[in-house]
Amino acid sequence: MEATQPAVRLRNISKSFGQVQANTDVSLDINRGEVLALLGENGSGKTTLMNMLSGIYFPDSGTIEIDGKPVVIGSPKDAFDYGIGMIHQHFKLVNVFTATENIVLGLKEPGKLDLDAAAEKVKQICDLYGFDVDPHQKVYDMSVSQKQTVEIVKLLYRGAEILILDEPTAVLTPQETEKLFAVLRNMRDDGKAVIIITHKLNEVKDISDRVVVLRKGSYVGELVTADATTQEMTNMMVGRQVSLNIDRPDPEMKYRMERISVKNLTVKNREGITKLDDVSFSIFTGEILGIAGISGSGQKELLEAIAGLQPVENGSIEYHVDDETTEQLIGMDPLKIAGMGVVLSFVPEDRLGMGLVGSMDITDNMMLRSFRNGPLPFTDRSEPRHLAELVVDELDVNTPGVATPVRRLSGGNVQKVLVGREIAAAPTVLLSAYAVRGLDVNSSYVIYDLLNRQKGNGVAVVYVGEDLDVLLELCDRILVLCGGKVSGIVDGRTTTKNEVGLMMTRLGGGEVA
Amino acid sequence: MIHIVKRKEMPFAHAMAIRFGVIGLALIVCGIVTMLTTGLSPIDVYGTMVSGAFGTMRKTWILLQETAILLCVSLALVPAFRMKFWNLGGEGQILIGAFAAAACMITLGNSLPAPVLILVMLATSLLAGGVWALIPAFFKARWNTNETLFTLMMNYVATQLVAYFVIVWEVPKGSGNIGIINQSSEAGWLPTLMHNKYLLIVLVAIALTVAMYVYLNYGKQGYEIAVVGESPNTARYVGIKVNRVIMRTLVISGALCGLVGFLLVAGSAHTLTTSLAGGRGFTAVMVAWLAKFNPFIMVGSSMLLEFMSSGAGEISTIYGLNHSFGDILTGIILFFIIGTEFFITYKVVFSKKGAEQHV
Repeated sequence: MEATQPAVRLRNISKSFGQVQANTDVSLDINRGEVLALLGENGSGKTTLMNMLSGIYFPDSGTIEIDGKPVVIGSPKDAFDYGIGMIHQHFKLVNVFTATENIVLGLKEPGKLDLDAAAEKVKQICDLYGFDVDPHQKVYDMSVSQKQTVEIVKLLYRGAEILILDEPTAVLTPQETEKLFAVLRNMRDDGKAVIIITHKLNEVKDISDRVVVLRKGSYVGELVTADATTQEMTNMMVGRQVSLNIDRPDPEMKYRMERISVKNLTVKNREGITKLDDVSFSIFTGEILGIAGISGSGQKELLEAIAGLQPVENGSIEYHVDDETTEQLIGMDPLKIAGMGVVLSFVPEDRLGMGLVGSMDITDNMMLRSFRNGPLPFTDRSEPRHLAELVVDELDVNTPGVATPVRRLSGGNVQKVLVGREIAAAPTVLLSAYAVRGLDVNSSYVIYDLLNRQKGNGVAVVYVGEDLDVLLELCDRILVLCGGKVSGIVDGRTTTKNEVGLMMTRLGGGEVA
Repeated sequence: MIHIVKRKEMPFAHAMAIRFGVIGLALIVCGIVTMLTTGLSPIDVYGTMVSGAFGTMRKTWILLQETAILLCVSLALVPAFRMKFWNLGGEGQILIGAFAAAACMITLGNSLPAPVLILVMLATSLLAGGVWALIPAFFKARWNTNETLFTLMMNYVATQLVAYFVIVWEVPKGSGNIGIINQSSEAGWLPTLMHNKYLLIVLVAIALTVAMYVYLNYGKQGYEIAVVGESPNTARYVGIKVNRVIMRTLVISGALCGLVGFLLVAGSAHTLTTSLAGGRGFTAVMVAWLAKFNPFIMVGSSMLLEFMSSGAGEISTIYGLNHSFGDILTGIILFFIIGTEFFITYKVVFSKKGAEQHV
């Protein structure tokens, strides 16, 4: 094999789903000993393209060459025979099996299964690349990052030479991300081809050697990472000049008051596991309070407890109507909270599973909170339809009309519909969980802008986020959760990413002794 | 290479044209099957089926009545189905409603004036059917038990209960039958409208169709049902009391099945047997699914199934064919109807590009 021969050569690949053109005429090369970042907004066809390489989809047209030989990849097994392995956003592991059992699962090796030998081989791979995996640990005992590691080791065990990682850092803390990048570099130095799909620019800068940008399913261009600036990459990705700074107006101090005080809040989930442990903090009017933490640290339970959706073990949640009057929110359901005149809006994490009804159209979704209005036993759709048209218009929702089921909208548009409805209620408190998850740059900035406008109106805004860069740029204060406890509350203007990251993993955030 | 590709949204008229075209296609296939297996002319067989269903005024009215009863059962099931609560207990809920009506006729037949008796029967039938459906709904809401199995099992309980009381009330003793209840006094019998004993049930079915359509599509409760069915978490999030909606909807569903039981006893059969429901609780499931839970389309699907069933009976007597032959024809038609939905949502693409890539 010549040194210049690329490991994979994609030529003129196109793929459509019905009327949707996911990829148009994409050509690119993937080299050994190189980390390639595939950059693009949501829906730009990054994952589709890689799914064709890993045998999940079959291209409508175009050719794939591996080491200079044309190949047909008709199934994930074919892909594997060519040494291509892909790590998806959702892990495919058996929870009750150990790491080793998961790794050898489905392998058709002749002879008797020798788990000890397999565990030994797993250990060798781990030592070679610097993975931190106990071959005998059960998957259900593992953190998200450990599970991801098992997925990577699984591919290496099977001899993968070309590794594709689909947004691998979405679920990781900054420290875990660093660790992942370190092993990816080791793999690169070992001569493997590594492809990382992402839309996070700082990661592209951090890990990749070369970056290929896709936009609307087409190849836009490629850059050598070392020579490229973040601004340059963004412009290629979005197709025009974009400002990357998130606005953070100072809170209006004149009317500032405590809106909600949470005291000693303890919450257990249905299995009796403590998800929030003695949590106390305040939310003020006219500020954005960020909540940071590894996923599953109690963010969901905290917001749901305030919104009246989560039974509470202990503690109090007080809503201050004005300086004198205070209402207790614990023991209230969403209807009772609304009945007290508290306008509390909530943008939940699971948009289609909790905030909206996927099969209903935009109008009917606008009606979710207001359908009880009116004395008749019948619903009145004229008001919701008007609201739907307003939201579509003002937030620039890309939809054929207000009668389109929200399930057919893209992630960003779904989120605009949800946020639009929640803001239309003119809330005094706005809770949001992962409001920009899965959204492209443009849509994310629309959402930041909406949150800032609410803050300007004196709304107490809570922003649960996973991207620390955004939390640090957007929020006035940041509450860090660690294992259901408050690890600390820091000023968004003065703290650093490292400080918050450490607080996420250890209570109080101190360095290891 | 064969690919299955999702279509973009098809215009409604276009989709309906395909659906009707497919029924034509199904009839052709049925005709071929008829010729090959029986040697009869399919045109004759179809003609016999049509005359069996519509041949005389009386036959037409019987078809309408059967359609109306089946439609009522489907309308009873549809609110539960829209909530994704798979109520397979229609059979038992009908039977228990019929049982309640018959019990009133037998025990109160001589003591209450006729209009009061009918009202009492109606109320107890609705109540009995409602309770019969509420039991599985309560368990579902409280402990998330499987409603499909639970409602199904409730059918057997109802059948056994009726079997027991048929023996208690049998006339004459030892016959194993109740016979016609209140034959001489006609107490508890529904009146005939305009000298037509079939008209009342047809009118009830029409009224119920419109009412159910409005309830489900324009009612606040119908909206709640749709939200709970699609996403219980979203329902909780907007303050809908999910458990209450499940139980309320099933009471409605069961009560309407009870109403059908009442209509069967008071309106047509005037007796009680364990087989009174006649499988309608299950046939109605098919009616509702074929119509995608739209009450107006259910009118068509229930009529199609009743037409096929009466036609099957007719050809089996005229040509001496086994009654199952009618079922075969029904099966072919249903196969085509259900199969169309696949082709309306997806298309099959034969591409040569896969072959090119092998080069």
